[in-house]
Amino acid sequence: MAELMYREALNQALAEEMERDANVFLIGEEVGRYNGAFKVSLGLLDRFGSARIIDAPISELGFAGLGVGAAMVGLRPVVEMMTWNFAILAMDQIVNNAAKLRHMSGGQLRCPIVFRGPGGAGGRLSSQHSQALEANYAHFPGLKVIAPATPADAKGMLKSAIRDENPVIMFEGERLYAIKGEVPEGEHVVPIGKADVKREGKDVSIITWSRMYYFCEEAAKQLEQEGISVEILDLRTLRPLDEEAILATVRKTNRVVIVEEGWALAGVGASVVDIIQSKAFDDLDAPVVRVTGLDVNMSYAANLENATQPDAPKIIDAVKKVLYREGA
Amino acid sequence: MASQYSKELLLTMYRKMYLIRRFEERTDQQYKQGKIAGFCHLYIGQEAVAVGPNEAIRPDDYMLSAYRDHGQPLARGSDPGMVMAELFGRSTGYSKGKGGSMHIFDIEHHFYGGYGIVGAQIPLAAGMAFASRYRNEDRVTVCYFGDAAANQGSFHETFNMAAKWKLPVIYICENNRYGMGTAIGRVAAVPEIHKRAAAYNMRGEAVDGMDCLKMYEAVKDAAEYCRAGKGPVLLEANTYRFRGHSVVDPASYRKKEEVEEERKNDPIPKLREYTLKKKLATEAEFEAIDEEVKAQVDAAVKFADESPEPSLDELWRDTIVEPGEEDVRPRERVLGMKVKWPSYPSGQELKVTWDLEPREHAEREDKKAGLAR
Repeated sequence: MAELMYREALNQALAEEMERDANVFLIGEEVGRYNGAFKVSLGLLDRFGSARIIDAPISELGFAGLGVGAAMVGLRPVVEMMTWNFAILAMDQIVNNAAKLRHMSGGQLRCPIVFRGPGGAGGRLSSQHSQALEANYAHFPGLKVIAPATPADAKGMLKSAIRDENPVIMFEGERLYAIKGEVPEGEHVVPIGKADVKREGKDVSIITWSRMYYFCEEAAKQLEQEGISVEILDLRTLRPLDEEAILATVRKTNRVVIVEEGWALAGVGASVVDIIQSKAFDDLDAPVVRVTGLDVNMSYAANLENATQPDAPKIIDAVKKVLYREGA
Repeated sequence: MASQYSKELLLTMYRKMYLIRRFEERTDQQYKQGKIAGFCHLYIGQEAVAVGPNEAIRPDDYMLSAYRDHGQPLARGSDPGMVMAELFGRSTGYSKGKGGSMHIFDIEHHFYGGYGIVGAQIPLAAGMAFASRYRNEDRVTVCYFGDAAANQGSFHETFNMAAKWKLPVIYICENNRYGMGTAIGRVAAVPEIHKRAAAYNMRGEAVDGMDCLKMYEAVKDAAEYCRAGKGPVLLEANTYRFRGHSVVDPASYRKKEEVEEERKNDPIPKLREYTLKKKLATEAEFEAIDEEVKAQVDAAVKFADESPEPSLDELWRDTIVEPGEEDVRPRERVLGMKVKWPSYPSGQELKVTWDLEPREHAEREDKKAGLAR
């Protein structure tokens, strides 16, 4: 198996799907001649031409809507948002049009479109560029929301997203593009809606997704040395949530920590807690603990930026709390 | 002088305008009886803007509109009973009662919907036109929006792209002079919307929206221009709504005299008089059409009234497409008619030959071939 960077895995998925289906095209800012702001579309313009790799003006609402219109009549657009922070400008098209077309038309229309781009905090970019916004989209019926953590999942889930008949919102990790991992060649498809046990364990479950997975791994390794066995469930899909996988891990370890980059209030993790307390309350040996971004805007100062986000020490503290080993 | 228009065309346009008028009058009545709810925006006065263009394009051209969207589908040939049933929130409506007045969709007749957010449909139309170019089809897309939508960002963002990429889309601004209760001149720096096309190097024209034949001519011309690959067109149809913004709006922000003055421009008697003057039809023929349409609208109301509400399990349908699930064909489902449904080439059949940036593409090709520029 080839070892690829996250961005290369995405590039491979795009190229393979465009090769397979001429209805697939990519539109976004700097995706063509610049080869992508984060180089996800590297080389695709030369391969597929300017009608299929389209450099859009900086008009997020405009080209998001153009993609939706094209999807309404049978094309399969992939709309790259340079970052999800900018996609806030396009939210009306994603939420009021893409998510609702099938419903408002009573089942006459479908909207097979992918909106994708990097999410989460970058490197010292302050408030407007450092946001994990997935909870916003997970809120809306009519959308599917995915956030893969590994290069292999990134490739497999993007392929699934492009083939899906529904609008799919894909959060990539801005800080994940350069990480490496083994990626199966060719037809490697990861289903949407299925979580993945990334690490087997028996004492406590950590439920997470996207970049936070790596902090959880770091924490789990350290905890292992203290004799604590951690299971990590990577949700991968945030809408629909894989309830079965969530309940299975709760029933296995009876203790849960949820790690989420975004804010706590109305976050995805809050819904995971709701599933657990309503369907597996009796399986819990301790209240669920959430580790989230702090309820503040992101600062530029390095120490403040770090303090705002979850990290391995915070996760370790949370694990000890659900194990009643505080101060131990 | 003989008319350049056939009797058939004139009577078709008359019939459709009269159908929309009667339909809307009955809609108003039904709303006041509590059978219709929600926001309900009537088209009375603007009939020529829907009917003229529809006769100037092909049945397979795409069309979409805003929330004042009963007129266009009726002009396209949608079933009045199913439109009325949608307004009633019944299972026999085009969207099974899930869309209501602001969201009429009839894909069989290539009417791609009414949209409730001001200006939100403008980029969708560009995307549909983009798809036509992408597949090398000579279809045009006709997109309606109101004067107020011209102040939305979606208007400017889309016009920039549509013009730059020469997309085959005809934008028809229905300038009825009021965005809800606000006169356009109070909020628009350039209230003559068609002039804004110049900002995008795009063709823009004002048309008398109270004259069906002028709308027909303008769109015929624009469609030819679009199909020839020359780019998008903005038509500003200067029209007037005889009623308020919606059924519940008494429209007290405008003077009675203004409305009375505009009513003299009613597009329906205008076309009738023209046809009579050209001796292409008799009063008796018009009266027969009127009677037929009245009966048709009565039947539509009866159909809607007698239709059941959607069943509760419909709540869980039509939000997400399940694997293998087919799209709903409303006339087939409700009336048992065999309908022609749009089909698109599969990825294997499709050859994309269009170049969005031909000059630069050529440069790249040259570079690849080792030719300096």
